[in-house]
Amino acid sequence: MNEPVLSLHGVSRSFGAVEVLHGIDIALRPGRVHALIGENGAGKSTTMKIMAGYQPATSGTIRVDGQEMTFASMAEAEARGIVMIHQEFNLAEQLTVEQNFFLGRELKKGWLLDKTRMRADARKYLDRLNCRAHVDRVVSNLPNSDKQMLEIARALSRDARVLIMDEPTAVLTYAETDILLEQVRALREHGTAILFTSHKLDEVKAIADDLTIMRDGDVVYSGPAADLDEHQMAEAMVGRDVSNLFPPKPAAPAPQPVLEVAGLEVPGYAHDISFTLNKGEILGIAGLIGSGRTETFEGLCGLRPHRGAVRINGQPVQIRQPSDALTYGLSYLTEDRKTRGLLLDKSMRENLTLQSLEKYSGWLIDQKAEEAALTQAIREFDIRSGDRAIKVGNLSGGNQQKLLLAKTMLAEPDIVVIDEPTRGIDIGTKQQIYDFIRDLAAQGRSIVVISSEMQEVIGLADRILVMRLGRIAGEVSGDRMTEDNIVRLAMGVEGQGRDAAPMEAT
Amino acid sequence: MTATETTSARAPRRGLPSMTVLGPILALLVLLAIGVFLNENFLSYANITNVLARSAFIGIIAVGMTFVITSGGLDLSVGSMAAFIAGLMILVMNAALPTLGIGVPIILLGMATAVVAGLFAGFLNGILITKLGIEAFIVTLGSMGIYRSLVTWLADGGTLSLDFGLRTFYRPVYYDGILGVSWPIIVFAVVVILGEIAMRSAVFGRHCAAIGSNDQVAKYSSINVNRVRLMTYVLLGLLVGIATIMYVPRLGSASASTGLLWELEAIAAVIIGGTVLKGGFGRVWGTVIGVLILSLIGNILNLTDLVSPYLNGAIQGAIIILAVILQREGRAGA
Repeated sequence: MNEPVLSLHGVSRSFGAVEVLHGIDIALRPGRVHALIGENGAGKSTTMKIMAGYQPATSGTIRVDGQEMTFASMAEAEARGIVMIHQEFNLAEQLTVEQNFFLGRELKKGWLLDKTRMRADARKYLDRLNCRAHVDRVVSNLPNSDKQMLEIARALSRDARVLIMDEPTAVLTYAETDILLEQVRALREHGTAILFTSHKLDEVKAIADDLTIMRDGDVVYSGPAADLDEHQMAEAMVGRDVSNLFPPKPAAPAPQPVLEVAGLEVPGYAHDISFTLNKGEILGIAGLIGSGRTETFEGLCGLRPHRGAVRINGQPVQIRQPSDALTYGLSYLTEDRKTRGLLLDKSMRENLTLQSLEKYSGWLIDQKAEEAALTQAIREFDIRSGDRAIKVGNLSGGNQQKLLLAKTMLAEPDIVVIDEPTRGIDIGTKQQIYDFIRDLAAQGRSIVVISSEMQEVIGLADRILVMRLGRIAGEVSGDRMTEDNIVRLAMGVEGQGRDAAPMEAT
Repeated sequence: MTATETTSARAPRRGLPSMTVLGPILALLVLLAIGVFLNENFLSYANITNVLARSAFIGIIAVGMTFVITSGGLDLSVGSMAAFIAGLMILVMNAALPTLGIGVPIILLGMATAVVAGLFAGFLNGILITKLGIEAFIVTLGSMGIYRSLVTWLADGGTLSLDFGLRTFYRPVYYDGILGVSWPIIVFAVVVILGEIAMRSAVFGRHCAAIGSNDQVAKYSSINVNRVRLMTYVLLGLLVGIATIMYVPRLGSASASTGLLWELEAIAAVIIGGTVLKGGFGRVWGTVIGVLILSLIGNILNLTDLVSPYLNGAIQGAIIILAVILQREGRAGA
């Protein structure tokens, strides 16, 4: 095996009195893809930041090409060919591809910019990644996969020998992910050393050569990725058995419709959506990204203009704005917790009660009652934060999601639409969230779960509607809830699978 | 700096109020000390009441501005709006003089005119911003020009003066008060107390901060974002009307230069007080301190001859910039 190009030896890192990394060893080798996995808060990000020079190690050594180094800054690491790509894109959205590509190191001809050469150079690197995005396009118009490619191309143009990627596929669709993985393979052929993190273990299994698993600041596995199956990886991450990821499904009670939707139209996104949701039921909504799942339910909950007949508990209702929905006991929990779900620069208390503030105020807000509600939510939803006054932006993704769930449930809706309940969350927290959702159903609430993760909808839902191109393509339930049937409906494959019944147009 | 680092770095500071809290208070204390040092009359009853009464107009408006800015908005039109309302008030009262005569009813009519005009002007700004989705900066820049031009037109380029007899009758609203505290100061104090409570402990204040912090999150939290935003502009309009009611008896006239640059002084007071210009966090008590700082600078320059009073604007400007720099230090890493 090649000598490591970048390695950490016994690296520890403390924040104040708290040590978050306890003597980590990890080695990246040229021409190999190294996956770093672990639960949120296991220390993956800190490890990557130390490798890329964003943070110094408190103790231990960093070696580049076998030589001991200390990086004073990310610029020094970059000078050694070590580049990190962040989960949130670091691109100027209003500038073009070429302008972004050369941002901060523009090529000049005398006093003026040498646009011809910059365009050509940007093109060359993008071509190498099979990225077809035009160099004159404004970045905000690009799909996420192209933005990711642009970031990678930019890294490569800076002679990256080590590419560190923080959850590169978290924001990508399946198709985009495939493209990215293909490019990662190509980079591996070129001899680049690649480190990436992901919560999607099938990806890890598909592409990683080496694997490091972290838990609570320690490395708990280090070795070839081929030696573990996905199940063993999950177990090593969480430190306990996770074979029962999903809670058992109880026998379906007699259907008692609470929400009846007929001919719902969300202009531009969804057409002729009709379905019924029963009391105590978890209804899964599957379909490709862009099939109009989110928009359908945002429309239903008054977040988008829509029309159509909606009945709640048999009564026709008009939902013009989200507060109307809440009046009828209907609430939508967004897929985007960071920009639509939570106020990241506010405390947990202010976030928790934001949707149900009337319950905690007469003329004035009763802060003691709010604090009591927070105490209860922390206990009920197992929200873990060292400090109650912490800004929500500093919580881990899993705890943010739990807080968002607590916030939504504080308004005591009878019908909850949960969009992507576990996006970007580690497997241990996922399991907890699935349990919460099943408990809510057992309490007699009715739940819609929208998810792009096939396993999740199948494991959690009692019944699944599959959407395709803004319409309901079909419904599957019971034994017919298989990935095969869902994919056929979602893709509109001919024959639609033997068992999946296309929805009757009513 | 990472999130984790910022938190740990911040933790020890929790016992001690940060610079964002202390800064404006310290600045005010320093100004007071300078004032006392330079002129023995500074702390006299007459001077203090004078400063407070003059602060009241901007102050009442700045309290409303605090809510607008906290919810992520801005209103540049308040100075012109005050001038226009003053002009309108004077016209209405002069016109009603033959029928109503000098007495309480005509004063009440004038006050009602100011309140209704203020509410309407605020509503107009708010509707254009929320329903039509035009930038607050653009809408209020436009209405600023419109009101300024309207008052100039109403006054035909000159000055609109309240009838002499009426003026004498109305004067006590500015100059009299209860227990030696004049009416503008009393009204200012009431507005501040209600404003502070609304910002700190009422649903309205919490919703303003939520919208300014992230209006998408507010929308997805079932908050009627447009209605709350509209309310902030209506509230500000109402307070401009109330400030004008206090202002008209002082001079008894309105002209093209009435209320000139009040909008900038109000915005400056809000920012000096620690409210975040892009929204998400606001405090009314800070705004009060901001208003006092700005008026004290003018007052001290008038009482002493060390520095020319013509440099008032320059010193105020420097203080505004300094305040924002200090706040940024207080928020290091964020």
